[in-house]
Amino acid sequence: MSEVLVVIDHAEGEVKKPTYELLTIARRLGEPSAVFFGSPEQGDAVAEKVKKYGAAKVYVVDDAQIKGYLVAPKAEALQQLAEKTSPAAVLLPSTFENKEVAGRLAIKLGSGLITDAVDVDESGTTTQSVFAGNYTVQAKVTTGTPIITVKPNSAAPEEAEGAGAVEAFAATVSDAAKTAQIVATQPRQSTGRPELTEAAIVVSGGRGTGGNFEPVEGFADSLGAAVGASRAAVDSGWMPHAFQVGQTGKTVSPQLYVANGISGAIQHRAGMQTSKTIVAVNKDPEAPIFELVDFGVVGDLHTVLPAATEKITERKG
Amino acid sequence: MNIVVCVKYVPDATADRKFEDDFTVDRVGVDGLLSELDEYAVEQALQFREKREGEEITVTALTIGPEKAVDAVRKALQMGADSGVHVVDDAIAGSDYLGTSLVLAKAIEKIKADTGADLVVCGMASTDASGSVVPAMLAERLGMPQVTLASVVESQGDQVRIKRDNEGSTEVVGATLPIVLSVTDQSGEARYPSFKGIMAAKKKPLETWSLTDLGLDADQVGLSVAYTQVEDTTERPPRTAGEVVTDEDGSGAGALVDFLASKKFI
Ligand SMILES: Cc1cc2nc3c(=O)[nH]c(=O)nc-3n(C[C@H](O)[C@H](O)[C@H](O)COP(=O)(O)OP(=O)(O)OC[C@H]3O[C@@H](n4cnc5c(N)ncnc54)[C@H](O)[C@@H]3O)c2cc1C
Ligand SMILES: Nc1ncnc2c1ncn2[C@@H]1O[C@H](COP(=O)(O)O)[C@@H](O)[C@H]1O
Repeated sequence: MSEVLVVIDHAEGEVKKPTYELLTIARRLGEPSAVFFGSPEQGDAVAEKVKKYGAAKVYVVDDAQIKGYLVAPKAEALQQLAEKTSPAAVLLPSTFENKEVAGRLAIKLGSGLITDAVDVDESGTTTQSVFAGNYTVQAKVTTGTPIITVKPNSAAPEEAEGAGAVEAFAATVSDAAKTAQIVATQPRQSTGRPELTEAAIVVSGGRGTGGNFEPVEGFADSLGAAVGASRAAVDSGWMPHAFQVGQTGKTVSPQLYVANGISGAIQHRAGMQTSKTIVAVNKDPEAPIFELVDFGVVGDLHTVLPAATEKITERKG
Repeated sequence: MNIVVCVKYVPDATADRKFEDDFTVDRVGVDGLLSELDEYAVEQALQFREKREGEEITVTALTIGPEKAVDAVRKALQMGADSGVHVVDDAIAGSDYLGTSLVLAKAIEKIKADTGADLVVCGMASTDASGSVVPAMLAERLGMPQVTLASVVESQGDQVRIKRDNEGSTEVVGATLPIVLSVTDQSGEARYPSFKGIMAAKKKPLETWSLTDLGLDADQVGLSVAYTQVEDTTERPPRTAGEVVTDEDGSGAGALVDFLASKKFI
């Protein structure tokens, strides 16, 4: 069976959930080989985790020569790995950075590229959600090695024992790839809440919060949810950009999305329309967000949310 | 110095966007416009010029697209770009990322040969394809450093520094011109064309190039040689409208919690 290269999504060796989703999808296409860009010391621990989801091999690419530069070195390393392994496909978690890696790799390999897939079947046909979620598109790479970036929450991770054989891969990074240098990195502080793109429940606030996110955050915490925001809330400086949901923020596809004080503009919908269940609290009964909801409350979020939070806390005892 | 800003003509996101029978995006039947996200690119190109008083800097707006796509270039000229290039050829229709980036790269090389291309500015994504891949692909093809997804752009001499949001961090990235830069909608509001700008735009040079002008053959691009193939497109069924209740004396919270409990979210 051919190898399928799967790029591991991790933060300092902490493997993220989309990796397991990707490995699950990769097993439909061949035998998953996970690719770890990171410190070799963390390789074994990472391998232990990914082998539980069927990784037969784990290529450990020492990122000492890679992490200080933007995108280009990773694309070179993947090209070399692809040339060595002739994979059936290369799958990457659909982050901005990985999409750019995938774009450069597509040119290097002369291969077709599909971005932001929400599903990939046995034959390699992908499903994408386009035009703000108004259409789904089935597509396939017809030339070269399929290079596909896959969005979080595209599959339920299924365990399967893999050999998890660790193999160090020495990538050669050219000087030409080291021309855009990362001169400083400021890690974002963790909120202690689930990651926005991975969360099962997302509770968002918009301009209707008037800048007070406490009701939104309290409600989110009672449900164990991640917190999101509309661009209006971000532009007003109420929430950092990392929390923005929508076309120019994050796309989320949780089991439950609760929009509070958000009107439901097309650019916001683009980031949340594929959520399984949608709920809104908005004081304007004409707000377009109500066209999308499974359940809606016409009311003031500043009274509805705290009361709901209290009731949920009571129920939980 | 010459700056090339890549602007895409896209179907209006607030209109009913749809596909043609061959599954390509309908770029004619739906009203189009300069992608809103590329307005930020034009803005940053203009600011780059304005911040460097005394230097001779020109801004060239470049688009690839059907006849009507020239509107995207016109808008950029109205905002303040100095000249425009529209690459249009029936053979380009249906190109995927590989094809589009190839034609753009060839056009940039031609501009470079004529007037230089010291800085290429793109938007963070096209509002129709939303790939966010073309800038990186241009950097790959042109062999230039890629400095992408900037929320803040600063430069001094031939050094450019940007700030960008990455997954779990904020980064500062530096590179030496010439570079390919892409900017986000956090980079600063784009200006509106002034009346004067609109009048002046009419006299600005605007060239139309075909594939032949770029030294490309029809069989190198377009739908027939695309590296990917769309097999089907389906309109998402409209969500069936759910129950909407009006909060009266605190009834809303109770109804909301009951709903969430009935769906096992609590
Ligand atoms: C190129 C481009 C990209 C964009 N990208 C994004 C994006 O990624 N994400 C995004 O969100 N937007 C994006 N936008 C902006 C988008 O068009 C909207 O402007 C934005 O989503 C509006 O945010 P909002 O719903 O919070 O504010 P508004 O539209 O002002 O809506 C506020 C809502 O709150 C309600 N409200 C007010 N007070 C209360 C109260 N006390 N209780 C309950 N409800 C109340 C009002 O009835 C109203 O419906 C983009 C726009 C463009 C042009
Ligand atoms: N047909 C095109 N003409 C001009 N510029 C384009 C075209 N397609 C993409 N671009 C540029 O590449 C950026 C990213 O596009 P995309 O990768 O499609 O999301 C856009 O914001 C534009 O700056």
